[in-house]
Amino acid sequence: MKKFLIFILFNLLIFNFIKAETHLVDANKIFKNLRCLVCQGQSIAESNSEYAQTIKLVVRDQINDGKSEKEIYDFLIEKYGEWMVYDPPFTKNNLLLWIIPYLVFLGGGILIFFLVRQNNQN
Amino acid sequence: MEKRIFKLLIIFFIIFFLGVFFIALKKSSIYDTKDLVGNRLENINLNHFYEDKLITEKDIKNSDFILINFWASWCAPCRIEHPFLLELNGEKKLKILGVNFKDKNENATKFLNELGNPYDLLTKDEFGKNSINFGIYGIPESILVNSELVIIKKFIGPISAEDFKYIKMILNK
Repeated sequence: MKKFLIFILFNLLIFNFIKAETHLVDANKIFKNLRCLVCQGQSIAESNSEYAQTIKLVVRDQINDGKSEKEIYDFLIEKYGEWMVYDPPFTKNNLLLWIIPYLVFLGGGILIFFLVRQNNQN
Repeated sequence: MEKRIFKLLIIFFIIFFLGVFFIALKKSSIYDTKDLVGNRLENINLNHFYEDKLITEKDIKNSDFILINFWASWCAPCRIEHPFLLELNGEKKLKILGVNFKDKNENATKFLNELGNPYDLLTKDEFGKNSINFGIYGIPESILVNSELVIIKKFIGPISAEDFKYIKMILNK
């Protein structure tokens, strides 16, 4: 019985450890997805500007405060707008932007279908 | 029938791609803060410049309009806008909140002693981290908000004669 309890406890601890590990927020991943507003075509990760350094500090602070990746993006989008992120969230304003690739894909498929069918008929 | 669909699809794709290029090329790729107008400033926590206390929303909400000005002694354009700030200091409806950005206390004090102090309330942001909460990305920058702390306008760069007129116009409305 005692061995069984130790086994259960051990597994619970391991599980919690793995769970904690998977919840770690990768600061570098966030930096790469943030646009440096004062630089020419650079991300926050690539830039050494004053602004980028400050954003890095703020993002690290928020990670230490236990904020999730989404919460950090939401905060920065609220302050600087969607332009700040390279991978903007799905909203009604950019609905078309998200749907267009699928529409083009579908249209291309239909086009190929008709082309092949026409060739076969000839 | 199939030929017609085929032709229509090709026309559709040509129009679609021309449309995408037309819209994309017309769109400015320079960061613009106009979308932030109407947002409300929240979680204000600034360190008082002279005293060891925090300035929060409650401390600045007691005015019809508040102009939050981010400045530093090392910032040359801040000197250009300073006369406008001094002139705005006399406005009854307006309170000017200064945020000294990434600066040394002694340099900032020297700057104000030399040019005059236009601020009703002066705070400091030593590491620039609090300024991110205001959407600041360079200085000088100023934000005009109403008593509910809703952004009326953001001024990127030094306050110009035009900006000064605009602020006066808002105050005299």
